[in-house]
Formats: sequence, structure tokens, C-alpha cells
Amino acid sequence: MPYIPTRYFCLIAALVTLAIAVSARFATNDYFFFAGYVVLQYVVMATAWNILGGYTGYVNFGTAGFFAIGAYSAVVMHKLFEPPLVVSIAVGGVMSGLVGLGMGYLTLRLRGVFFAIATLALAIVLQTLITNWDFVGGSRGVYIIRPANGPFGHPYIQYLFLTMLVLSTIAVCIARAIEHSKLGYGLATIRDDELAAEAAGVPTLKLKLIATVLSGALMGMAGAPLPYYVTYLDPSSGFNLAFAVNSIAMPLIGGTSSWLGPVIGALLLATIQQIATVTISSALNLLIVGVIMVGFVVAAPNGIVGLFERGVRARRRPAKKEAA
Amino acid sequence: MFSLFVNAIVAGLLLGGFYAAVSVGVAISFGMLDIANLAHPAFIILGAFIAYILNTDFGIDPVVAGVLALPFFYLLGAAIYQVYYYSFERRGEEALRGLAFFFGILFITEVALILIFGVDYRFVTAPYIGPSIYIGDAELPLRMFVPFVISIVMVGALQLFLSKTFIGRAILAVSQDDLALKLMAIRPQRIKNIAFAISIATASLAGACLIIIQPVEPSIGRDYIGRVFAIVVLGGMGSFPGMLTAAMLIGVMESLTATFYGPSWSPAVAFGFLLLALAVRPAGLMGR
Repeated sequence: MPYIPTRYFCLIAALVTLAIAVSARFATNDYFFFAGYVVLQYVVMATAWNILGGYTGYVNFGTAGFFAIGAYSAVVMHKLFEPPLVVSIAVGGVMSGLVGLGMGYLTLRLRGVFFAIATLALAIVLQTLITNWDFVGGSRGVYIIRPANGPFGHPYIQYLFLTMLVLSTIAVCIARAIEHSKLGYGLATIRDDELAAEAAGVPTLKLKLIATVLSGALMGMAGAPLPYYVTYLDPSSGFNLAFAVNSIAMPLIGGTSSWLGPVIGALLLATIQQIATVTISSALNLLIVGVIMVGFVVAAPNGIVGLFERGVRARRRPAKKEAA
Repeated sequence: MFSLFVNAIVAGLLLGGFYAAVSVGVAISFGMLDIANLAHPAFIILGAFIAYILNTDFGIDPVVAGVLALPFFYLLGAAIYQVYYYSFERRGEEALRGLAFFFGILFITEVALILIFGVDYRFVTAPYIGPSIYIGDAELPLRMFVPFVISIVMVGALQLFLSKTFIGRAILAVSQDDLALKLMAIRPQRIKNIAFAISIATASLAGACLIIIQPVEPSIGRDYIGRVFAIVVLGGMGSFPGMLTAAMLIGVMESLTATFYGPSWSPAVAFGFLLLALAVRPAGLMGR
């Protein structure tokens, strides 16, 4: 693929977004928006995870935690001020980013595996805190009354869909911009050999913290509209393990080395799940996601993008012996 | 008030003993072999459900059931290590993909158990579930005391095995210097295979203990991830005495929290300890 400068990439992304938004006006069935919202939400989550997981090589298992921070920030904002959705999204992003910063500062100086374990435990503790916090409903959950219409007079679900569409475009543009920036190259050196990067003068802790905060903030932003989407939120649905599994499985299945992988993974997997949830059962389709993820991790380490690239390379030149 | 306090401490020590049984497998796999087996709690739940089936369908005592299942868990562990070795460790990709692999196994096991057993709480019956013995003011519920004894025996036996037998010493050698063994033309993965299989085998007994202590439902395994790794890190990765101390400490702290603040807060205790340990003293209480 020829190199496209980030400016033009964002322009193309914006045009694609606009085209989808306009063509969505012709959708006659509201279910399209409900399903589309979930798919786009996973595009944001998978892209956000990949900024830390794929570019830097640090695995975040606490995605459900960051996502729920965003959702519950929105609940708090709604109960206090009933602000416009955009404000709630911004607050959710800031809160998640701050949690990412705090946890990253404590654990990112150690080996990556400690960070991974800490994120896993973080989700459980945040769930404990929310369960004990009566203001946001505690374990009973909380009802949010969704306005009938968005600010432009459309049904509210269409507004949520468009918001998520814009969010996913922003997330993809950020990921793409990082890839070809000084930050991105710095993150790649950390992924390949952290010790060598540190020795060569790369400020590893600073870069890792930036990646963690960006990734966490995007997850929080993806979570903020959730209360309006589901209208009833309780800790076990906000912290659902499915969020964590999906946002890790999608980049791993799509391919972690570029922005394209998580997008492909999310579009593919989330669409299949939307169909499977309706036609089969939701527990079974999560099992399928888990099995596919383990299969890809074991057999195709570079995901769908990797398989495709290998196919292209094999056609161009005689197969080179793979390095052991 | 005082007797409440004493009872909380005693209950915490008993709970800590059980936590040691849960953590000993991870102390071997993560502490000694450097394999971050996130799926360990899922195997413990699997062990609990096997004990449940053997108990309700055949009337076998849960502890006996745990012992009967040991060989199967050993083979399961050996099989998982083979996949792990050929897919990740040999290629040097264990960091990101190995973690995702174990996370996937954790998830698959949990969902599979939910599909088979549903989300109802299951429990076992045994003569020692219910009665208590009393020492002064302190109550020792037998359903806590039996797992405590099993756990101490198991950890003690493993400690003896590691320090006295040839294979045990070989495992310690692998945990100390993997590269040196390779240079001496020894294949560490054979020893690692045995050690990892043993670590999974402990999940069988730990699972039996778990279902004696409390009713079990497939997703409670997740609550143990933070606890188990907190204990292993705090205990100094792979040191059994350190792990036992850390387990007791977290058990007592959780028990005190549950008594004085309410049980819904106790999952936060282990995480607090984990973060504190990682931030202040990553080498653990009795680091090597």
C-alpha cells in the first residue's frame, strides 16, 4: 500500500464517516442503529486496546474497567447536571485517562506481565467500589431515562449511533497518526526490545504512560454513551467480561501491527456476534469468540492482516525460510 | 468485641491457609517457571465442579474426589504446557500472546462451565460441613479447618518434594537459571513440563477445598485472580514460606474487612496489597 500522509488519511476517514452517516438516513429499521452502535463501540475499544497492546506490547486485561469508568462517569454527570452527551463523553475520557495514568505509574516500571495482572485485578476492584456506591445505584443498578429525540430532532438512538461513528473515526485517526509519528516509533522500540530502547535514550516510561492514558481515555469515551444506550446499568453488565474478551480478541484476530487490524477484527467479530446473538445464544457466541481468539493466537500470530500480507509476499517472491 | 476480633483473626488464618492452596500452583508456574498462568483460577473452578459431580452422583467425599482427579489435572497441565511451549515460548513470544492465550483459556473454561452447569450455585455434602470445634472463645468451623489442613499438607509435601528429590531440585535449578541449563545440554522444557503439570494438578485439590468452603458458581474464579497473584508477588515469587505468610496476611486482612466493613469490600483488599507490593517492594516480603 502506498504511504498516505496522516492529513489525507483523516480527510478520507471523515469523508467515509460522512458517507456512512448520510446513507444511514435511509435505514428504515431502528435495529440497524442498535446493532451498528455496538459494532462501532467495539471499533473504538479494539483500536484503543491496540494503542497499548499492539503498538507497545503491554497487555491490558482491564478494558471492562476503563469502559465502565466512562459509563459510570456519565451516570454521575447525568444525575448531577444532565449535561449534553458530549460533555459526559469528555468527562468519561478524562476519568479513565486519570485511572490509566495512576495505575500505569505504579506498575509500568515493572515487567509487562505485572501490568497485565494489575489491570485484571483493577476491573474487579472498580466493580467492588461501584457495587458499594449507592449514589450510582450500587448493586441494584440505575435507570437512565433516554430523551426521545437527539439535539437535531432525530430519534435518540440515531444520535447515539452518529456519536459513536464520530468517536470511532477519531479513534482510528489517532491510532493511525501515532503509527507514523515519533511516539509510534518510540512505542515500537519498546515493544521490540525495551532494554535496548531505554539504553538508546528512548524515554520508555513517559511513552508508555502516554499510550496508557490515550488508550484508557478512548475506552472511557466509548463507555460514556452506554447508560443512554442500555437505559438500565448495573455493575455486572457494565463490567461484563465480554467487553474485555472482545476488545482483546478483536485486535488479535485482525492483527495488532497497524490500525487496520483492530478495525477489521471489530467489524468482523462484532457483526458476527450481532447476528449470532439473535439467531443462536449469547453465551455460546462468547465461547466461539474465545475459541477463535486462542486459535488465532496459537496459529496466526499476526492476525488476518498478517495472513493477507503473507499471501501477497508469497506471490511476489519465492518463499523465504521463516526465521525460527 | 474482643471475641469478634479473635474470631475474625482465626477465620482469616483458616482462610489464608486455603488461599495458600489456591496460590501454590501459581507460585510454581509464575514464580518459578515465569509462565503467567492467568487461567489457574479457572482450573480451580473446574476442580470444584469435578468434586461436585463425584460427590452428588457417586457420593464420594470431595477431598477424595480431589485426589482422584489429580492425575487428570496433571495430564491436562502437561498438554497445556506443550501447546504453550511450541506456540509461544520457543518463539520468544510469550509476553503478549502467551498472556492472551491463558486469558482465552480462562474465558473458554468459564463459559463452557456456564453452558453445562448454568449460573446456579452448587455445593457438596460431607460430614465435616456444618459442625465446629471451639478453643476458648474462638470458633473453628470444620468446613474451614479441613481445607486448611489439606492446604498445609499439600504445600509442605511440595516443599519436601522440591528440596529432597532429584526432579524437585531440577525444577529449582530451572527456576534459578534456565540459560545455564541449556548451555549444559539439558532440555529445561522437559522439567518445566513436569513442574507446570504439577502446578495444574494442585488446582484439583484446591478446587475440592473451594467447594467445601463455599458454594461454587462458574464465574467466581475471577475473584481469585487478583488474590492469587497478589499472594504470589507479595510472597516473593516462588518462595513457599513467603507465599504462606502472604496468604495468611491477606486472609486475615480480608476477614477483618469483612467483619468490620462488610463482605462486599473484601475483593478490594487483595488488589490494594497487590498495587502496594508492586509499587513499593516488587521483590515481595521475603524476596530472594
